[in-house]
Amino acid sequence: MVDWLIDALSWFLLLGGGAVGVFGGLGLIRFPDFYTRLHAAGVTDTLCALMIIVGLILQAGLSILSIKLALILLFLLFTAPTASHALARAALVDKIEPQVDTDERRTPSSNT
Amino acid sequence: MNTVLVVTTMLVFVTMLMALVRALKGPTIYDRIVAVNVFGTKTVLVVALISLLKGHSDLVDVALVYALINFIAIVAVLKLVAMGDLGKAGEGDITDG
Repeated sequence: MVDWLIDALSWFLLLGGGAVGVFGGLGLIRFPDFYTRLHAAGVTDTLCALMIIVGLILQAGLSILSIKLALILLFLLFTAPTASHALARAALVDKIEPQVDTDERRTPSSNT
Repeated sequence: MNTVLVVTTMLVFVTMLMALVRALKGPTIYDRIVAVNVFGTKTVLVVALISLLKGHSDLVDVALVYALINFIAIVAVLKLVAMGDLGKAGEGDITDG
């Protein structure tokens, strides 16, 4: 009973992590400018890694393998937001403009 | 059990393909760096998944080292793009402020 429950939870986490990753990739392709793409990639990267590696830890049981997997998760949880932050900062320093609402840009004086 | 691992690996491969598309056509250099960052993280996940799928628990060490090297590589490339030189520091650095 407990084994079945752990297996079911692990399947849910693995498949959910894969789905979150695909949504992030979709956002990386479809979103309009750099900062929105960075948002899609940065947010889903962390959640995807978290779900998949916790699912794998549940499969591996209590062993040296699961400790190594937890170490990978720790590194990823530290480095993924740091890389995203450095990227956003470098783009901002390089004067890449965030895209604003195009309706206002088209009619700048219509509602003022 | 193996079916779930294979399906998850396939989903991660699809994500890597999407990141590759963005890396090839991204208009700015930063789009390409984001895509390469995503690609590297997903590579770590694929190596970890394959190590459990095949039962080769040694492969997890490869994933561990890859996670570290991926981060160092992203920050180094970012510094090189932003400053034009790995040793330079000062105005416009990615680490100041």
